[in-house]
Amino acid sequence: MNWRFYKLALSMTHIEAIGRQLALKGYSADYVEVRLEESQTSRITYRGRELESIGKTSAIGGNVRALVRGGWGFVSFNNLDKLPGTVELAVKQAQFVGNEESQLAPVEPVVDTVSSQEKNPVAMPLAEKKQLLDEYNDIIWHTPRLQTSIISYDDSHKKVIFLNSSGSYIEQERSGITLRLTAVATEGSEVQQVGLNLGSSGDFSQIKGLHHQIEQMAQRAVELLSAPQVKGGEYTVVLDPVLAGVFVHEAFGHLSEADFVYENDRLREIMVLGKKFGGAELNIVDTATIPGLRGSYKYDDEGVPATKTYLIWEGKLVGRLHSRETAAKMKEKPTGNARAINYRYPPIVRMTNTYIEPRAASFDDIISDIKEGVYAKNWYGGMTSMEMFTFSAGEACMIRNGKLAETLRPVVLTGNVFTTLNNIDAIGNDLEMNQGGGCGKGVQSPLPVANGSPHIRIHHCLVGGR
Amino acid sequence: MENILTQAKRVAEEAEVFTVSSEETPVQFEANRLKHIQSKQSTSVALRIIRQGKIGYATTTELGDTQNLVNNAVETAQFGMTARFELPSLTAYPKVDIFDPDVESIPVEEMVKLGEELITTVRGHTSDIVCEAGVTKSLISVHIINSRGGQANYKESIFSLGIEGHLIRDTDMLFVGESQSSCHPLLEPKAVAEVVLQQLELAKNRASIPTKSVPVIFTPMGVACALIPPLMTAFNGKIVLEGASPIGSKLGQPVFDEKLWLWDDSTLAYRPESRPCDDEGIPSQRTPLIEKGTVANFLYDLQTAALAHTRSTGNGSRNRGGLPAPAPSAFIIAPGNTTFDEMVNDIKEGLVVEYLMGATQGNILGGDFSGNVLLGYKVESGKIVGRVKDTMVSGNVYQLLKQITAIGSDVKWVGSFLNTPSIYCPSLSVASK
Repeated sequence: MNWRFYKLALSMTHIEAIGRQLALKGYSADYVEVRLEESQTSRITYRGRELESIGKTSAIGGNVRALVRGGWGFVSFNNLDKLPGTVELAVKQAQFVGNEESQLAPVEPVVDTVSSQEKNPVAMPLAEKKQLLDEYNDIIWHTPRLQTSIISYDDSHKKVIFLNSSGSYIEQERSGITLRLTAVATEGSEVQQVGLNLGSSGDFSQIKGLHHQIEQMAQRAVELLSAPQVKGGEYTVVLDPVLAGVFVHEAFGHLSEADFVYENDRLREIMVLGKKFGGAELNIVDTATIPGLRGSYKYDDEGVPATKTYLIWEGKLVGRLHSRETAAKMKEKPTGNARAINYRYPPIVRMTNTYIEPRAASFDDIISDIKEGVYAKNWYGGMTSMEMFTFSAGEACMIRNGKLAETLRPVVLTGNVFTTLNNIDAIGNDLEMNQGGGCGKGVQSPLPVANGSPHIRIHHCLVGGR
Repeated sequence: MENILTQAKRVAEEAEVFTVSSEETPVQFEANRLKHIQSKQSTSVALRIIRQGKIGYATTTELGDTQNLVNNAVETAQFGMTARFELPSLTAYPKVDIFDPDVESIPVEEMVKLGEELITTVRGHTSDIVCEAGVTKSLISVHIINSRGGQANYKESIFSLGIEGHLIRDTDMLFVGESQSSCHPLLEPKAVAEVVLQQLELAKNRASIPTKSVPVIFTPMGVACALIPPLMTAFNGKIVLEGASPIGSKLGQPVFDEKLWLWDDSTLAYRPESRPCDDEGIPSQRTPLIEKGTVANFLYDLQTAALAHTRSTGNGSRNRGGLPAPAPSAFIIAPGNTTFDEMVNDIKEGLVVEYLMGATQGNILGGDFSGNVLLGYKVESGKIVGRVKDTMVSGNVYQLLKQITAIGSDVKWVGSFLNTPSIYCPSLSVASK
């Protein structure tokens, strides 16, 4: 074993000192990688009139992943002093599992340092953050008939060091901010709520100046108390860019993650490249290469450079998201989509920033010929089982004779991937990306992603209701 | 830990140090075969202080980083909420058995065999199903000390077995699955697989249900998906205090059908959600929430209880490593005396809901739920005739549970958090293609 471990050098952080001295060659494994992570977060929550909790965290940890004859071993830890034994344990686990040939798509080794584009939001004075949140909370509380408010603000800054047995050594810094606000209105035992979810890749100014939006949000919560619930059934539905972003993430994004497909022969037949899923106007993209978005990065958690991947081009399946292993097994190119929420988990295939490309239609074009339909906006969330999926709107109203009509209670919509994308018959010209979401897959949640779309129209969409 | 407490006491009136360490070994199968063996060690320390009457809070994973931890807690205390509670002094705790040394000594080889047997049993029934399975053992130790002399220490073992099967025929996809956990080793994979086999049998044929209102049976899993999330929020003392719980002002009043009994219990032997005390060192207890349809209690931590002029129910929980807040430990719904078959036999045209997708994405506070029936069956003339698809159901928990036709005798643990029978309601609105 060629483990070497030196005392920390004073000018470097703890993980840099360890990472730079670590050698991963010479183990009886087909592949070994180490990720070391240092992170800080701060969190402020309000429930009701007053600040409820405020806290700061700092964490340090790492993991080792080893591949032997197709089997994986993985060890995660907070205690970095035990690293030598840890590498051996991961290799031993992988040896126990493996009984076939290891397959990893080839990637050029990279040595690089990527610093964060933004200032570290955790280092900003808490007083400054609190002042902005106080202003927002005041607005909610000045709304007549409003019962209470819930606000949660989170920021984070982390530095991750990645190295592997092929000679890659990458240091990357990332920051993130999320802000979620909810206004709750009550009347008797009726309770209604409206939320606003925002995020940025560390730029605090992006969550400033929302006073007007928050005032509207609080008023809408009160309006919902007297709004009717939609009658359940099939409708022509128009989705705003925020909800359409959730729709594309759930309806198609997850199904294009190759780890669902690569070892399942039936799914490989269904998800064959070239298969038609939508109309000729439909293009769906996933890319981590757009600066400033929460799903962006230069290298993924396997050290693979980020790419721009068309999932759907002119309605046809043209690509999917890969880790090095899924790419090799499907004989396709790696796309740099292997991500882990933190050092406690191995990277798995994930989306980054996913969107529907804009087309020519204006909002008026989209709604003008709808006799009776539903306009659904904003999001509560979405889920998928791949074939069927749901996505829920935070706000909705009826469309009658080409015009927006009465406000409805929030609606949940459902679709089937093999029909719903084909039912998109209008795509707008107003692409917007939403940064407020987080994606969950298995136990790894929430992962920073962005979703986007222009307004879209779907016919024969099933809406739950009374 | 004592060192952190000592340093914190120099700058604060009160302090509390909470440490949790865990070691977890998941063995994971993908596409019907062994894929990963993992080993996860983690430690974290949380410091809560009361300084000039206000609460400060910080956490770290580095035991040696005391000064930074104390500084962060002091910084946050400038803005923190005014503390209304007193930390508990030395307290006697109930004896709650949650540690079985046999869990730790189970070798990985044996865990691999358990997973293989799970998959073999399910594939023996349906050969073209693709399974993922997981067998996990964990050991957790918790240590709490505070400046009033309070202290608590406990160790817990958890073992879990789970399988998810994915069956594709043309473009039709079916998901089935089951998982069980305990503080004892679970060495009977057949019992877990049996649940999956039953789902596969019931889902063999396809059926459709028109858009209208029909009687519905929520299986234990269906209860967990659709009915429980709104109740978890509604009985949370904090939501009650804010006036946002629809039952907040209904203490002692009949809100639900009188067949319904619900309680929260963190004292059950060898259950993963049990423990001798909560995350603030308050003794565990069994708290009735619904008695004969009447709202009996809400769940509290120390601070919320003080604000509401009541006592903590031992439900202070540090979710996501944050400050303690009220959270349920394990919800228990009392069984009735109707068998599942009797309920099905009673229905002329209706629905059995086993898994609802998206049900928690609506106005949970108000009790509304709406979701896609990912796994559910049509009932015709007293018999289950097949699986429904592309079907939405919508309802309101408070309206549904006001009038229950029957509560099942078929109690079952769903995950580690809920023990419930099936619940049969007279009418739920369905929308389908």
